[in-house]
Amino acid sequence: MSFEQILFYVFSAITVLAAGMVITVRNPVHAAMFLVLTFFSSAALWMLLEAEFLAIVLVLVYVGAVMVLFLFVVMMLDLNTTLLREGFARYLPLGILVAVLIAVIMGLAVGQNHFGLAQVAAPAPHAASYSNTQQLGELLYTTYVYPFEIAAVILLVAIVAAIALTLRRRPNTKHQRVDQQVATRREDRVRLVSMTAEERK
Amino acid sequence: MNIPMPDFMPALPEMFLLGMTCVILLLDLFLTERSRVVTYLLAQSTLLGALLLTIMLYDNSRTLTFSDTFVLDPMGSVLKGAIYIATFFVFLYSKGYLRARNMFKGEFYILGLFGVLGMNVLVSAHSLITVYLGLELLSLSMYAMVALQRDSVVASEAAMKYFVLGAMASAMLLYGMSMLYGMTGSLDLTHINQVTAAVGSGQQVVLAFALVFIIVGVAFKLGAVPFHMWLPDVYHGAPTAVTLYLSTAPKLAAFAMMMRLLVDGLGGLHAEWQGILVLLAVASLALGNLVAIAQSNIKRMLAYSAISHIGFLLLGVLSGTAAGYAASMFYAITYVVMTLGGFGMVVLMSRAGFEADRIEDFKGLNERSPWFAFMMLILMFSMTGVPPLLGFWAKLAVIEALLGAGGLTWLAVVAVIFSVVGAFYYLRVVKTMYFDKADAGAAAIESTLELRVMLSANGLAVLALGIYPGTLMALCATALSH
Repeated sequence: MSFEQILFYVFSAITVLAAGMVITVRNPVHAAMFLVLTFFSSAALWMLLEAEFLAIVLVLVYVGAVMVLFLFVVMMLDLNTTLLREGFARYLPLGILVAVLIAVIMGLAVGQNHFGLAQVAAPAPHAASYSNTQQLGELLYTTYVYPFEIAAVILLVAIVAAIALTLRRRPNTKHQRVDQQVATRREDRVRLVSMTAEERK
Repeated sequence: MNIPMPDFMPALPEMFLLGMTCVILLLDLFLTERSRVVTYLLAQSTLLGALLLTIMLYDNSRTLTFSDTFVLDPMGSVLKGAIYIATFFVFLYSKGYLRARNMFKGEFYILGLFGVLGMNVLVSAHSLITVYLGLELLSLSMYAMVALQRDSVVASEAAMKYFVLGAMASAMLLYGMSMLYGMTGSLDLTHINQVTAAVGSGQQVVLAFALVFIIVGVAFKLGAVPFHMWLPDVYHGAPTAVTLYLSTAPKLAAFAMMMRLLVDGLGGLHAEWQGILVLLAVASLALGNLVAIAQSNIKRMLAYSAISHIGFLLLGVLSGTAAGYAASMFYAITYVVMTLGGFGMVVLMSRAGFEADRIEDFKGLNERSPWFAFMMLILMFSMTGVPPLLGFWAKLAVIEALLGAGGLTWLAVVAVIFSVVGAFYYLRVVKTMYFDKADAGAAAIESTLELRVMLSANGLAVLALGIYPGTLMALCATALSH
């Protein structure tokens, strides 16, 4: 077994275990942390595939940005895990049956017989000077320019939808008017009153 | 580095649509509540402009562009034309409804136009990646549109169900696509077709596996049984204007998606997918027609009726002949014309603070408005399949295709039997309108003139196209003969 193979098995095992933990642990914050671990080990798997750019982007974007936001959401929502688990026992037998069935079928379809090295040869390793990022950039703006543009439109729709669904103007709420606060002068707020001193009673 | 320029011409309508939608999005920011009608007018003219461009580009040949990820062919052009017209009618019908419910906002039209763009991408897709992206663009717009009425609990629930189940279906589809890519090493549908047709029996298992997942995705989008659970809840929960949008043009896009994936991409596996589609079709016909009988809400009834119509649509496709595909396309367009009228009537009867979504609300419509009772009568008869209305020719074309395909005669018999079952609930609406007395408090129809005129045009179109079905049928036949 070569060193790369050992690495592959180690990271695959971590990915699968961590993914399993994401859906089984009780604490949502722990689940989010296990998701981070899943992303990390899948990034390592991509690194083994010589997809360095994607591996780094996965860590930067998902682990760095998305998961932090995710943790914020988890902490802000007061998740009631006992309520979520209601009916778990009732649906468990059916769930296990479906899961086992799908796992068996997947094992039959996606295995050594169909996707082994005999059917799909291992890709030849690239030279050290090969730039993954450059290749990706070239393809993205030439062959895949049309899908790339549509992906951009999808993000635009996501922005429009998010704003349309959450922006709510409430006229009666009390909020700061910063412009007025900044533009205010002393004369508006402080009134100097000259009055005669009063005697102590 | 020398980058070859792709040919932009075939995608001109899409580019026009995208450009105009972005312009409207920006312009809408500067409009006051009073001048919101400008957004509406611009959206309508965008649809008409795109329709014009699509007609100009209509050509009896197949053009591939953008590195073969985009295809312009007659089937795509006809479906796109139908999508623009259907959406035009949806926007027109829903204007008054949205106004009365404080929903007359730019977002409805912008999301609607983005949805149309997604449908176009889907219709013109020639690569797995464009199929998926078009589908997501369409679905995302639709999820948001269902949730637009934020204060309505039913609408939020419907949006949530739609979103979660839709995401599941997309994941299934994507998994099937990844299998297909793993097998063929290509995203290009023509290339996939060549490879899968030549594949050895040893690899058939993986292909069948991929096929099942892809069909699950497609069946969910169509709303075929057993992937129909979302459909009645979403149709019922969404504001009627949005239901009108969901139930019409996206069905044409879903039909195109099925044609692209199953016929263009996996045509070589026809024997495999035919069996699966037979199951889906029979289940949809049976469940749709039987459960619709029990409904008292007309939106739910039309939702179950949609499921049964999808069953019919699948029958044409599974026959696997050009005539069958043309019959299905004809059926899809017919269904959209009839559903526009059906939900249009619900919009017409509704007014501020009142949803005419129970069948009871149609009681004695003949006394209140004989003309619209007659329009609803035409629509219901057409959905039943009574000659000489449009729905009859659509059902006939599908059954003819089934008989022509050979070995599928029993399916034709099943289809006819369930059509007869379906007649019950369509005719019940007619009975309610003509033979039941109106409630004492039932108000007269109050709606805008344009809605009345266009709805009448819609109803009369069902009648006129039923008397002269040749043109539309010939259009579908030529569109699919290439």
